[in-house]
Amino acid sequence: MNLNLRGAWSILTNELFRFFRTVFGSILSPVLTTSLYIVVFGAAIGSRMDPSQFGGASYGAFIVPGLIMLTLLSESTSNASFGIYMPRFTGAIYELLSAPVGVAETLIGFVGAAAMKSLIIASIILITARLFVDYSIAHPLYAAGYVVLVAAAFSLFGFILGIWADGFEKLSIIPMLILTPLTFLGGTFYSVKMLAEPWRTIAQFNPVFYLINGLRWCFTGHSDVPIGLSLACTLGFVALCIAVIAYIFRTGWRLRG
Amino acid sequence: MSETILDIRGLSKTYKGGLTALDGVDLQIRKGEIFALLGPNGAGKTTLIGAVCGLLRPSGGTIEAFGLDTQRQWRKVRQRIGLVPQELSFDMFAQVEHSVNYSRGMFGCAPDPKRIEQVLRSLSLWDKRDAKIRELSGGMKRRVMIAKALSHDPELLFLDEPTAGVDVELRRDMWRQIGALRDAGTTIILTTHYIEEAQEMADRVGVINKGKILLVDDKDAIMAKLGRSEARITLTEPLPEIPSALDKWHLTLEDENRTLVYAGAEGEGKRAAAELVKAVVAAGIGFEGIVTKESSLEDIFVDLVEGREGLAA
Ligand SMILES: Nc1ncnc2c1ncn2[C@@H]1O[C@H](COP(=O)(O)OP(=O)(O)O)[C@@H](O)[C@H]1O
Ligand SMILES: [Mg+2]
Repeated sequence: MNLNLRGAWSILTNELFRFFRTVFGSILSPVLTTSLYIVVFGAAIGSRMDPSQFGGASYGAFIVPGLIMLTLLSESTSNASFGIYMPRFTGAIYELLSAPVGVAETLIGFVGAAAMKSLIIASIILITARLFVDYSIAHPLYAAGYVVLVAAAFSLFGFILGIWADGFEKLSIIPMLILTPLTFLGGTFYSVKMLAEPWRTIAQFNPVFYLINGLRWCFTGHSDVPIGLSLACTLGFVALCIAVIAYIFRTGWRLRG
Repeated sequence: MSETILDIRGLSKTYKGGLTALDGVDLQIRKGEIFALLGPNGAGKTTLIGAVCGLLRPSGGTIEAFGLDTQRQWRKVRQRIGLVPQELSFDMFAQVEHSVNYSRGMFGCAPDPKRIEQVLRSLSLWDKRDAKIRELSGGMKRRVMIAKALSHDPELLFLDEPTAGVDVELRRDMWRQIGALRDAGTTIILTTHYIEEAQEMADRVGVINKGKILLVDDKDAIMAKLGRSEARITLTEPLPEIPSALDKWHLTLEDENRTLVYAGAEGEGKRAAAELVKAVVAAGIGFEGIVTKESSLEDIFVDLVEGREGLAA
């Protein structure tokens, strides 16, 4: 198989171009929202919290990785789902379907662009957070690799969502009903050690809990779960998404009638 | 006989709901021609194009383009085909030139600003290259669709109803441009439900109805079969009998000899009716009104289908 790398590159740059065309909406709003969380919870309320509950870190430093994860999850999902849903909605998808572009090129283009967008936003948030709280990154290389992996995983997930959806409301319903609650309940703002039973056990069934703790380990060196488990969880999710997407392309589901 | 560029055999497509939109279509397109696929709405024209271009999965049959199987060697095939769909569909907020460059890249071609400039100029889009697509008029938007389809220099170009909803002047303009493309060596397959358009543009015509190709022939041969017009001439005074000077039109008299009716004949179109009127004037017959009627595509299909059944019987 010889890949149409020019095609993949073309899709990728076009998607990024679209992103920067609406730079205010697509960057400013998530950065602003997350900064507000950091200011209100991290800097204002956090100063009254006991650091021993957060592995010795300040509460502000504790929530930064959680908020980065929240951003990555929601931005990756929505960028990727809109990226592929829009051409389906306008009919412009005909061009992709008639072009010498297969699964690999489509994924590099759409999923790659969505992941890059959410990583750009996450980086801006990380830099902005520094203005309000004093955090440090214990394992910077792991952190970088891990956020890239998570961004890719949820961009794949968003891509599937964008192919499945047959209306705009469906695009927002999954993030709203599933992702956001799981992220908030997965320990963005607290350590599960602070929870009483049975909630502490229930929390362990939340997959996002492992993601947040994986990144928290990269930042603070402390985590509620072993990093290996977090990594396995993320890789498993990536593999599942890729399998679903390969199936979609093989059967033409929702793409080729 | 010239080389076959597209070879469709036994192509069928049944949609999920159970509707059979293509029913065993066989069709061969010659290199360098303009082929018009003529058929009423719902005949299966768009479905046929979709099957060739990879927009949908055929239920049966084979399609070869440039001697390559479109299913197995799809990358190589698609690289050489361009498609202008029926509906205007693109990212309306993109700029014209950006959008055309994007298409070229998606088809795996290296950027070529000179070539894109040529394409945009040939479609009178160069002045609008920085405009957002949504700011353009409908006719200009359609040209952007064509520019996108031409951006990778396809050898085979599909135009699905290129002039539907386009006013008469723009339609003529579009025809000229399609002619220019053919002159440059591109093989063109267009669909239409206007007989006039097939007549104006095509080298050969295929008539499709209800998912079946009814006949394929050179344009002139088809037009001879299809171009039937009927004329009714209302006379100022009843005519006792038809003068022998008008014999060749096989006229009949109706309404108590107050109306001369020319029913048309195979191979005789509007021109025959015009000749008839001249002859009526020359014969000194007074008349106060003429109504002519072109046989509609629907009439023609009824004729064709009946003709077929007649042959089979
Ligand atoms: N995606 C689809 N699902 C189900 N039926 C379809 C679909 N697309 C077209 N059809 C049906 O198939 C038939 C042929 O349609 P089409 O190929 O669009 O015809 P044309 O282009 O000649 O007007 C029509 O009856 C149409 O309703
Ligand atoms: Mg159609």
